[in-house]
Amino acid sequence: MKISLNLSALGKTKWYEYALRFTFGGAITVAAGLIANKWGPGVGGLFLAFPAIFPSSATLVEKHEKQKKQQHGLDGTIRGREAAGLDAAGAAIGSIGLVALAVAVWRLMPLLSTWLVIICATLAWLMTSVVIWHLRKTRCGLRGRRKRHRIENR
Amino acid sequence: MKELFIRFVVGGTVVSFFAVLGDVLKPKSFAGLLGAAPSVALATLSLTVLKDGKAYAQTEARSMIVGAIAFFIYSLCVSRLLVRHNLPTLAVTASSILIWMAAAFGLWYAALR
Repeated sequence: MKISLNLSALGKTKWYEYALRFTFGGAITVAAGLIANKWGPGVGGLFLAFPAIFPSSATLVEKHEKQKKQQHGLDGTIRGREAAGLDAAGAAIGSIGLVALAVAVWRLMPLLSTWLVIICATLAWLMTSVVIWHLRKTRCGLRGRRKRHRIENR
Repeated sequence: MKELFIRFVVGGTVVSFFAVLGDVLKPKSFAGLLGAAPSVALATLSLTVLKDGKAYAQTEARSMIVGAIAFFIYSLCVSRLLVRHNLPTLAVTASSILIWMAAAFGLWYAALR
């Protein structure tokens, strides 16, 4: 499956949806800092992986997918929810990358400069996520082909 | 107050950047990777090191491992509820935050406290 950019999707998002994400993102970043100040870095660190904007992002995915189907005269509710579910499945893979990022920061912080740690940790997140996503896609693709083959030869 | 304002602006900008990237990328499951982008961590890491030092940031990162495992459990539950049971997205994603809370604090209490 090819990875591509769909820039027209930018036009579908309203200005207040961008503002909402900015506000949520800023608020959770401030909250993470305040929690760390109050209860220490042990508890504060948990909130560095808090799914802050996930509910609003998934709702937007559902809304856009539903609108797409409605333009063709269909209801689109089920398709919208499935699309949001796929988004969540992707986030599950991304969270494994998040574990890799946290491990990289934890282990490399005493050894390297902060900027180098940030770069290495971001690469760890990106590579882990993309590799697992790709492996899952190829495995599912193979399973799908085998299934289709079995059905065709029945 | 100034520090909180900087955190708000940096956090909002980094989160928005990853969210926009998630909007334009296809297919959906790949764009979903950015749903678990390290936005807050990247936004705060350098600020934390500047203010509290490397040891503090290291402790935060160790706890973040647990938070990320909780995120994994959260997103798997959300995905299953949406795809298999077809429940409303906002209700599922918002109420499942309780799953993240339980997993994160439970694991932290068991492993790191």
